[in-house]
Amino acid sequence: MSAPTLTSVAAAPQPPTPPAHPPRTGSALSWAQVRGALPGALRKLDPREMIASPVLFVVEVGAVLTTGLAITDPSLFATLITVWLWATVVFATLAESIAESRGKAQASSLRATQRQTTAHKVVASGSTMTTKAGYTTMATEEVPSASLAVGDVVLVGAGETIPGDGDVVEGAASVDESAITGESAPVIRESGGDRSSVTGGTVVLSDTIAVRITAPAGSTFVDRMIALVEGSERQRTPNEIALNILLTSLTIIFLLAVVTLQPFAIYSGSPQSLLVLVALLVCLIPTTIGALLSAIGIAGMDRLVQRGVLAMSGRAVEAAGDVDTLLLDKTGTITYGNRRATDLLVAPGSTAAELAQAARLASLADETPEGRSVVALVEERFSSTDAPDATDADVAGAELVAFSAHTRMSGIDLPGADGLHIRKGATSAVARWVRSTGGTVPDEVDTLVDGVSVTGGTPLVVAEQRGTAPARVLGVIHLKDVVKEGLRERFDELRAMGIRTVMVTGDNAITARAIAAEAGVDDVLAEATPEDKLALIRREQAGGRLVAMAGDGTNDAPALAQADVGVAMNTGTSVAKEAGNMVDLDSDPTKLIEIVRIGKQLLITRGALTTFSIANDIAKYFAILPAMFMVVFPQLEVLNIMRLSSPESAILSAVIFNALIIVALIPLSLRGVTYRPVAASALLRRNLLVYGLGGLVAPFIGIKLIDLLTSLLPGIG
Amino acid sequence: MAAGQIIVLLAALAAVHLPLGAYLARVYTSPRHLRVERAGYRLMRVDADAEQKWTSYLFSLLGFSMASVLVLYALGRLQQHLPMSLGVSPFDPAGAWNTAVSFVTNTNWQWYSGEAAAGHLLQMVGLAVQNFVSAAVGISVAIALIRGFQRSGTDGRLGNFWSDLTRTCVRVLLPMAFIGALALLATGVIQNFDAHTAVQTLDGATQHVLGGPVASQEAIKELGTNGGGFFNANSAHPFENPSPVSNLIEIFLILVIPFTLPRTFGIMVGDRRQGWAIVSVMGTLWISAVMLLTWAEMSGPGLAAQAAGGALEGKELRFGTAGSALFAAATTGTSTGAVNAMHDSLTAPGGGVAIFGMLLGEVAPGGVGTGLYGLLMLAIVAVFVAGLMVGRTPEYLGKKIGRQEMTLVALYILTMPLLVLVGTAIAVATPAGQAGIQEMGPHGLSEVLYAFASASNNNGSAFAGLTVATPFYNTLLGVAMLAGRFIPIALVLALAGRFASQRTTPATVGTLPTHQPLFVGLVAAVTVVVVGLTFIPVLSLGPIVESLS
Repeated sequence: MSAPTLTSVAAAPQPPTPPAHPPRTGSALSWAQVRGALPGALRKLDPREMIASPVLFVVEVGAVLTTGLAITDPSLFATLITVWLWATVVFATLAESIAESRGKAQASSLRATQRQTTAHKVVASGSTMTTKAGYTTMATEEVPSASLAVGDVVLVGAGETIPGDGDVVEGAASVDESAITGESAPVIRESGGDRSSVTGGTVVLSDTIAVRITAPAGSTFVDRMIALVEGSERQRTPNEIALNILLTSLTIIFLLAVVTLQPFAIYSGSPQSLLVLVALLVCLIPTTIGALLSAIGIAGMDRLVQRGVLAMSGRAVEAAGDVDTLLLDKTGTITYGNRRATDLLVAPGSTAAELAQAARLASLADETPEGRSVVALVEERFSSTDAPDATDADVAGAELVAFSAHTRMSGIDLPGADGLHIRKGATSAVARWVRSTGGTVPDEVDTLVDGVSVTGGTPLVVAEQRGTAPARVLGVIHLKDVVKEGLRERFDELRAMGIRTVMVTGDNAITARAIAAEAGVDDVLAEATPEDKLALIRREQAGGRLVAMAGDGTNDAPALAQADVGVAMNTGTSVAKEAGNMVDLDSDPTKLIEIVRIGKQLLITRGALTTFSIANDIAKYFAILPAMFMVVFPQLEVLNIMRLSSPESAILSAVIFNALIIVALIPLSLRGVTYRPVAASALLRRNLLVYGLGGLVAPFIGIKLIDLLTSLLPGIG
Repeated sequence: MAAGQIIVLLAALAAVHLPLGAYLARVYTSPRHLRVERAGYRLMRVDADAEQKWTSYLFSLLGFSMASVLVLYALGRLQQHLPMSLGVSPFDPAGAWNTAVSFVTNTNWQWYSGEAAAGHLLQMVGLAVQNFVSAAVGISVAIALIRGFQRSGTDGRLGNFWSDLTRTCVRVLLPMAFIGALALLATGVIQNFDAHTAVQTLDGATQHVLGGPVASQEAIKELGTNGGGFFNANSAHPFENPSPVSNLIEIFLILVIPFTLPRTFGIMVGDRRQGWAIVSVMGTLWISAVMLLTWAEMSGPGLAAQAAGGALEGKELRFGTAGSALFAAATTGTSTGAVNAMHDSLTAPGGGVAIFGMLLGEVAPGGVGTGLYGLLMLAIVAVFVAGLMVGRTPEYLGKKIGRQEMTLVALYILTMPLLVLVGTAIAVATPAGQAGIQEMGPHGLSEVLYAFASASNNNGSAFAGLTVATPFYNTLLGVAMLAGRFIPIALVLALAGRFASQRTTPATVGTLPTHQPLFVGLVAAVTVVVVGLTFIPVLSLGPIVESLS
């Protein structure tokens, strides 16, 4: 019952956990993979499971029928047809099983992080839980991690595994999150702010933190990840369901065509055997896409996981393909978050020294890179000779005014008789503050601000108020943003896809526009509060557009929840992660672009294989129909344009082709079709050519080649 | 000759396309009622300004149509007691049912011979009225679907059925039929209320020739894509269609509204290019049918045909092979069903094209209204598959094709093949059905298939060889007509309702463009492939085998 310290707790053995999203290994199918997936494929033959895919269910029923026929009336033809019908069904379930097997390996490595650990739970009464007193000093008891409830606070020391998902409520620590993210460099987690969330299963490397548990055991982030990559929680997505309806109706139409063919055949004096009718039916119904449909869906999710993105629902992946508007935060996404102060511009009625001192004072306690860069600039400009006389001691006892997205300014209030108040921040925010004290903002300040803005810099206005006198503006700090390289090309790509990019920033409109122009985004939302962001999303959606955004802060949560595709950064708060429908383990907001591509690729793969599957039917008719009725109507021989050797061989070849094409397309369905970001009309032309025309021609060649082989069989050829 | 009349026809259709399309759009968007319309609404006790949800729109439509069936049934059963009955006998129950359904569904399938079995009152009060209102019902449904595309995020209201019905009759069909009737009168079509006129034939025998209000009936028969003839010989009869000029006028009347509605569609959805795309699909399919049919008939097999320069059996010499082929393509490409030649005598490939034209679901260019909504349904199927290939979930005119939308479209696509295939299968497999077949073998199968394709698609034309005046065919074909009309209408209105309540997604360069030639080709291909794949087995045992003989 002691609080863990750096020395008292032995380092927990660290399992060698491979990254959860391994580098892209390509989609080549290995025999081992196929062998591993076979038992799963055979289990899926259960008709109760099969009925979910009516196309495959019909094939299975057909296979059962022909099996009966092959037994009661044995012949080589009947046996071969039966064998290949069963092969068709197995190939279909195999495709799904292989797609699932890739996730299973990742799931087992994630499970390794879920070992039962011992947690040091803080024992305290309800009232003391809320006090500001340090948790680290409180008594703890050792409990199994599985027994932790939401709201419990645990202490985690260096070398220990964090027992569950939660928020750091006290302290800061470097945490190894490689088990989840695959990223080996440790990250800093600290209480307060947007870096407070920790994930169960990750390991604290240094220091001790107090963590308040936010998810009950069994439904933690890792639990959800496992369910996702395994596909056990996979639900059909809306478009997949709609496509399934189309496939089902095609199946019913072909069922009608084949069932009613028998009366017509009898009328024509050429009744057909059940075996041939079943073979015809199986060849006509869209088995190719029916077999690969769920594999395509699973593989799409898998492609996201490989890139370190966890989609909490398949619906979100589909929505990603439909995204019309992309909201990108300026900082960290378009620019390298760290702006540097590069200049101090003095306002009329003030001196450079006054401005420098105020800027330094206001920034001394500001630990952000920007704040530090202001201090560094002042010290560089005013070296020892006429350095401002303020020291750190001056700010002792001062009250800090933290930056918030609402006030959009920060500052410091010094105690004392003259009560110095300094504010720095966005122009409009500081001007409002100055006016609220009865002060005025000289027009020259606007000129200074605009001068900074038009160059793409961020102006930070500095103002001070002494006592209760009206506040006055001292000058402007010029913060410079550095735009990331290569973004313009990516935005051009997005534009070609028909996606509008909107940069969201707290900067004023002029600054925002300058950066937007430099980065090549389509639109900007300047001086944005979280409410503005939410309103923008609602506005876009009211216009029928789908919106994607990335975010990490608690502020972002409402917008993330409102967006159609909300990608939360893994470094973000647990509130943000709850609100979004995807989590990016690498915490890279530009990943949004990648997500959109994967969404589109998933939809294209579905459409391409559907088109291919339907186009295939034309050749199959030319193979099977003459074969069925040539005996009674010899003139139908004209339709046998493939010159297939015999009716039996023709029908068998079509059935074999139908089965083999599934196998041939499994790699494509797992990899996804090639996607290039071009306009929809160009994309359609290309895909129609490849998969429509290809689907028309391929079976003519394939069936003919198979016929050349099957014609060698005695009794078939 | 063959090319000349097609050019004249296309020029005439092109000339009216823009003004008539714009006029129709105004008819269905204008807030004002005409005085005569107001009187009608008062008579029917309806509030024509009340917007209806798709359900009440549908129930109004069904109620109106069912009442019409009852009225026609009664007229048919009791016609011997009516004035101007010309001494005809009443229809038997199956026959009365068949005729009632046939005219209410805009099919105008006639199991009886017009001049011999139907009195003037039945013709005028029953059948002629239905020629107007059944056509108006079809157009109303198309307009309701257009409103579904047009509206965004509403509660699914689609306009008012009574207003659409009345306006179509008063502002569209009546004036156009009037002009059409005058034109036909000018070419020699008769118009009187005479009973039988006794005439002396060349060899001295006495023949009774029936007159009647033919020109007025003829105009709406073609304009409303109805097809039910005053005379049994239909538009092959010299009183109905005396010359190549009247022939061309009738073909024009058949095609004018179906080919114009896409323009109205384009105007109402606010993107005329969408209308052009739809009319291009219709035109491509129809011109292909004309060319195939003309080729088939001109190069008819056999010595006699080659000597005469075409297959002339069953055709009127005054129209010639080309004039008959053009009429056949027009009447089967729309759901008209009027004939100026005996389709049973078409060459095997020609008959095959005629059957295929109907099996397309009457979309090239299709019946009034039905052609437009039928093609829009097929466009949605094309969009669904192709839309995925541009990497977005499918959408058409900004409306997402999700699970529920696809279910409705899938059921629509299923209905017609179900009726045709099951109906034909029952007929060829039962003695009652086989009894009607004139010529067993592939041609007999073509006859039955033609009958069910015609009934299920509300065409109404017949391969004359099949004897259908039996309770078996009257009942079964009646069911096919009724189901083939109202099940699709219900599905279309349900879809329109969903679209109207959906928000419209604005188009971007990432959206599948649905106005380019590529899309036109795609929709045409989807139409032909879907229908082809469904019916190739049965076609291969009928027309295809015949053609290859």
